[in-house]
Amino acid sequence: MTERSAYRPLSRRRLLTGGSVAVGGILAGAGTVAAVHGADGTPTAAPPVPVVEIGTAMEPFHGPRQAGIATDPQSHAAFVALTLKPGTDRAILVRLMRLLSDDAARLTRGEPALADTERELAVLPARLTITFGFGPGLYDAAGLADRRPPSVAELPPFPIDRLQPAWSGGDLLFQICADDPLTVAHAQRMLIKDARPFGAVRWVQQGFRRSAGVQAEPQTQRNVLGQLDGTANPKVATGALDRAVWVSEGPAWLRDGTTLVLRRIRAELETWDLLGRADKELAVGRRLDTGAPLSGTAEHDPPDFAVTDATGLPAIPDFSHISRAHVTEDRLRILRRPYNYDGVPSSDGQPDTGLIFASYQADIERQFLPIQRRLAELDLLNEWTTPIGSAVFGVPPGCAAEGWVGEQLLG
Amino acid sequence: MRTAASPVPRRRPAPLTIARAVVASLALIGAAAGCGGSEPSGTGQVGPSASAATAAFDLRDPWVKAADSGMTAAFGTLVNDTDADVTVVSAVSSVSPMELHEMTMKDGKMLMQPKAGGFVVEAHGTHVLEPSGDHLMLMNLAKPVRPGDEVTFTLTFAGGGTAEFTAIVKPFAGAGESYDPGTGMNMDPTASPGAGMTMSPPA
Repeated sequence: MTERSAYRPLSRRRLLTGGSVAVGGILAGAGTVAAVHGADGTPTAAPPVPVVEIGTAMEPFHGPRQAGIATDPQSHAAFVALTLKPGTDRAILVRLMRLLSDDAARLTRGEPALADTERELAVLPARLTITFGFGPGLYDAAGLADRRPPSVAELPPFPIDRLQPAWSGGDLLFQICADDPLTVAHAQRMLIKDARPFGAVRWVQQGFRRSAGVQAEPQTQRNVLGQLDGTANPKVATGALDRAVWVSEGPAWLRDGTTLVLRRIRAELETWDLLGRADKELAVGRRLDTGAPLSGTAEHDPPDFAVTDATGLPAIPDFSHISRAHVTEDRLRILRRPYNYDGVPSSDGQPDTGLIFASYQADIERQFLPIQRRLAELDLLNEWTTPIGSAVFGVPPGCAAEGWVGEQLLG
Repeated sequence: MRTAASPVPRRRPAPLTIARAVVASLALIGAAAGCGGSEPSGTGQVGPSASAATAAFDLRDPWVKAADSGMTAAFGTLVNDTDADVTVVSAVSSVSPMELHEMTMKDGKMLMQPKAGGFVVEAHGTHVLEPSGDHLMLMNLAKPVRPGDEVTFTLTFAGGGTAEFTAIVKPFAGAGESYDPGTGMNMDPTASPGAGMTMSPPA
């Protein structure tokens, strides 16, 4: 470690150089070369990591579809659910969504919101996205229950659920994601200030993944159980994500929209710790280190449920998580966009930790529920995971630069 | 470190708050050849000469503090892209009589008071209207201005030109300045202070 410290000043000097280049407006190539150690302990140059770009990078807010869904997941997230005030109607919702859309448009391009009292906090968007979801109650408040996507309704109860009201339901959701936690905090504060005249904060769930820049992109994230999480996600490049996530037809308030199921899933780390590695791998059906299915050798090998082990049993047990969650058709798949949470442990060290499981799909009934039913029935991983919160939202389409989110539904 | 400043694209008006400046009179900066009476583009044209075809005056990022009754204020950045100074001398809105205010120290307290001579925006300059600084005061609301509403008001310039702007209403806790109406102002004596606004008794 002392050797490493000796090289830090060099790295920092280069970082500063990168910063000053950025001020001049030339970002391309403004990177740093971090000093790291090769296998023999000598310092070697790592590939350039463009540190400055992480702060200034932007994701466009305007477009036919909302950002923050197909977007490569950022490092930090806050999910904020509101309960609308009694008496909220369609005209009031129009005012609310115009205000919030204006805030989101400005903050995501690194500008302060109007009336922003901390304007300096807005200047590093760090790929900030702000995604709005409408709970069942919002459609009712607007008098537009007939326009609610039919599957956007409270999920049926599952025997594994231990749902707490404090983490469940909600009329309006903001999903705020960025590669910097202070950016998320500022956006959350600004949106809540502007939404407060319209409703109460029902719950906030803050989560994180690996920080931007600490590993090569794109990589599957790890959850707090140590598992690679999201290997089977439909990919943008193959068109699978489009087919799984976006509503492709129907009226304007549904087309290019999607749905979100948000489940808060506590990880029972104390009992998980009792398992050996082999048992942990059997519970999931994948290797902990590589994420490879137990039938294969690499993370993205398709699981082969016919492969048997030396004893003649299936290499991937039928009770494993991937056996139960496995679907092959794109239109039946879900997009997992989860974040870890990690609260304050109890005095005896019991953790308060788990997963904010965000699942995007065109239709909850067609895609999410069949998988959830199979998991609830016989997923061995249920032993170490407990759903403690649940909420569903319709995600309206995006808007153009002159528009606002929700205009196709409420306008 | 101002690393974010350079890659952020040039600020453009957000959809809600595009300041629609329709200059109704060319008397703003004397005789301005080549400018029509009102601009279909929605951008105020106050070109001082035929050669300055695209000169403009704007109120960028306008917003109004929400209030149910009484007084409140409008803010934004006056932008003068013309070759001559522009002076805003008055403002009017259908929801309230308006005044141009500044903040001043009086008897050890910051008070707001009418700005003598109006707001002067230098040629190719800007003039910021913000809480604790110069602002456009709505003196007595005829109806609540609620979060997300839009308020339209008209600025009048020295020389008689006018421009109309539309601002969005924001919930805002600050801007609770004390008002010193001074003497001889066109203040409605029945006006009551809005939320967060306190009026100091006339000395």
